[in-house]
Amino acid sequence: MSARLIALGIAFVALVSVPYWMPGDYYINVASQILFYAIFALGLNVLVGYAGLVSLGHAGLFGIAAYATAYMLQIGYGHSAAIVVALIVGIASMAVFAVLSLRSTGIGFIMITLALGEILWGLAYRWISLTGGDNGINVRLRPAPFGFSLTSPNTFYYTTLVIFLLSVAAMTVFVRSPFGASLMGTRDQPRRMNALGYHVWMIRFYACLVSGLLTAVSGILFVYYTQFISPQTLALTSSAEVLLMVISGGAGTLLGPMVGAALVVVVKTVVSGFLERWNFLLGAIFVAIVILMPEGLVPGSARLWRLAWRKMNAPAKAPAPEGKP
Amino acid sequence: MNFWLVLTVNSVTFGGLLFLLSAGFSLIFGLMRIPNLTHGSLFMLGAYVGATFVVGLLGFQLNFWLAAILATLAVAAFGALAERLLLRRLPGDQLAQVLVTLGLSFMAADFCLLVWGGDPLNVATPAGLGGFVRVGPAVFPMYRLAIIVIATVVALGLWLLLDRTRLGAMIRAGVDDPDMARVVGIRVSQLFTIVFALGAGLAAFAGIIGGPILSVYPGLDQDMLPLALVVVILGGSGSLLGSFVGSIIIGFIYNFGQALLPELAYFVLFMPMLLVLLLRPQGLFGRHVP
Amino acid sequence: MSALTVTGLCKAFGGLRVTSNVDLNVEPGERRLIIGPNGAGKTTLFNLITGEISPDKGSIHLFGQDITKTPSRRRPHLGMARTYQIITLFARDTIIHNVSLALLGLSPARWNPLIDIKHQGHLIEHGRAALERVGLAHLAERPLAQTSYGERRRVEIAMALAQNPKVLLLDEPFAGLSIDERADVKQLLLAIPRDVTIVMIEHNMDVALEFAERITLLHFGEVILEGTRAEVVADPRTREVYLGH
Repeated sequence: MSARLIALGIAFVALVSVPYWMPGDYYINVASQILFYAIFALGLNVLVGYAGLVSLGHAGLFGIAAYATAYMLQIGYGHSAAIVVALIVGIASMAVFAVLSLRSTGIGFIMITLALGEILWGLAYRWISLTGGDNGINVRLRPAPFGFSLTSPNTFYYTTLVIFLLSVAAMTVFVRSPFGASLMGTRDQPRRMNALGYHVWMIRFYACLVSGLLTAVSGILFVYYTQFISPQTLALTSSAEVLLMVISGGAGTLLGPMVGAALVVVVKTVVSGFLERWNFLLGAIFVAIVILMPEGLVPGSARLWRLAWRKMNAPAKAPAPEGKP
Repeated sequence: MNFWLVLTVNSVTFGGLLFLLSAGFSLIFGLMRIPNLTHGSLFMLGAYVGATFVVGLLGFQLNFWLAAILATLAVAAFGALAERLLLRRLPGDQLAQVLVTLGLSFMAADFCLLVWGGDPLNVATPAGLGGFVRVGPAVFPMYRLAIIVIATVVALGLWLLLDRTRLGAMIRAGVDDPDMARVVGIRVSQLFTIVFALGAGLAAFAGIIGGPILSVYPGLDQDMLPLALVVVILGGSGSLLGSFVGSIIIGFIYNFGQALLPELAYFVLFMPMLLVLLLRPQGLFGRHVP
Repeated sequence: MSALTVTGLCKAFGGLRVTSNVDLNVEPGERRLIIGPNGAGKTTLFNLITGEISPDKGSIHLFGQDITKTPSRRRPHLGMARTYQIITLFARDTIIHNVSLALLGLSPARWNPLIDIKHQGHLIEHGRAALERVGLAHLAERPLAQTSYGERRRVEIAMALAQNPKVLLLDEPFAGLSIDERADVKQLLLAIPRDVTIVMIEHNMDVALEFAERITLLHFGEVILEGTRAEVVADPRTREVYLGH
């Protein structure tokens, strides 16, 4: 049994038993938030971490799935229809984003996605007849699949947990697959990949769709959690926050976005109880990580741990051999 | 008739303000090749600091113009510090620099909330410019016309700086080809600090000058940053003329859009930006493609 | 049928003509060397042949098939492989992963998001075989970042050969190599069977000349001279182009 497997086992048990050891409903709800924001971060990570494309418009896609759900429910459809439509709208919007933004990479990609996110925000804010503008749309009831109502924090948490675990499993398979390897190849050497026969644009497009699916799923969970959607969710600050999650945790890793999501959510919810100016803290952490630990908290801590481990063991033994620790 | 005239004057005024905001953004983008996501915050900081000086600090109440200059210098100094201490640690890594400006914007916004609270600050129109000007049948607030004059003066000043001074020549060289500029002995990293400070100062100046019209409130940074972005993308990065023309165009689109198509106001604003990014990424007068 | 035929190829950037009316005809199995001083347009010619830039005029035929309008990503599928002057491989990954990417590039499996790449036995087998050919099988699990320049050049050639090309374009394969490394690469290239046609750009004359059967001399984007090795070496125009008199 490797240390990794044990750690995973402990984590799994901890996650599954949350309602039993978390001190109250408030914290179970925070756990739910961490989980669906982690799905959102995993979705953005497909682009930022694995495709090498930084998007500052993802909150728009998150929000449009949330709005679609809320709107469908508002005009009288049931939850199944609302969810299906929201998924379709979310992925279709991502496809449009992709076609428009994949003409560029790097700073150009950031600017186009920023503009697209702003357009969606502007529509949410001003198309009052459709979205209610600043008043937003309320979601009266959470769904009750197979008779289990999701109104209680516990049931909502478990539903979110199941979807989260499925998302993590899917991402694990994705990252180890040939397509995952192709995608990461286009991140590292797009010109070489093209010369080797890969269709770089198409690979990125499919990656966008995968990202869009995860983003839409998290948006739907979000709107059922808060039972409310307003334009603020699509603002540039929201896109910046999810980017912060990915980059602070560690882009291009599986654990990174989850740690980043936990960090941001905990600062926003729990820390904000003690520290009113938590945005300042978030910004400061972000700047510190970008300058001091650009690979992110997860890889960065692992590296520091390895260094410390080697330093601790060095004097007693011969120098460590070259190669992987 | 009067409606259109008022809308037009407001558009030109807003365009003037946008020019003051985006000229700096354009120079930073042109030279350092990064969209400075802190720019909206610098505008807001200038507005808050200037407003504080005007309202009175430690018993001293300052003349509006003096307050504006002090606020400009203060924020310019802040910009210089931010560039030297933070951005300079990431040489050549544009993506990381953009992320730092993003983080800074979070910090600046919360800092303003901490110091000045959540209520909007009203800035009184400076003495002597509070009245109206009559041009034929139409009546215009004098201050709005003053902004147009100020923006034009600053535009001329910037043009003289870029076109007639040695510093300006170095900046233009850096915008065109930073590597070549280094080769001929231009201290490009020093230029970065100067231009970033200049951009910050201009944004701050715009903030306090715009104070009497826009007032100062939390979220002002989020309102202004996208506008700077749109203007510079449309006009082209690194081009003063582009900022000028772009500002006027966006001033018009913004005001007429809000008035005539309120539901699609932001759509109408960002569509030109999107179209330019897709069809002509260097913008109208840009020196290079972002 | 010739392996590679280029007819009347022209390319200009702004006012600068980098390729002027280039004709090239390489027979199957041939070893062709393209030489010329710096700026002669040799790499640009390669970029035109692989499709990374598109010509203003002219055509390119691969074994009789007109590929002038074929996108560059399709050309490896038609049997064209290429190495670069500056080695741009996947530094984060192991050598075997680099070769696997080359193998996957032509396989429909590259679109598969469900299977585990490390469990693809035949992929790993072919990868090791490709590394055997260049004498690097023992370093398969070594991260590329921990290899020498000469080893990386051999990895790059392994990747190109792994795609079973019919025409192999080598852009300065000996650049930056030590004398021993050059000898290794030379052996490697000489061992490539005749079912692969090779076109090479090279500056390093002592190694390249040994290798070449026919030589094309480029200058300012134009073909000045073409012939057998002996012909081109003896021709006074060759010296003129390089030494200016």
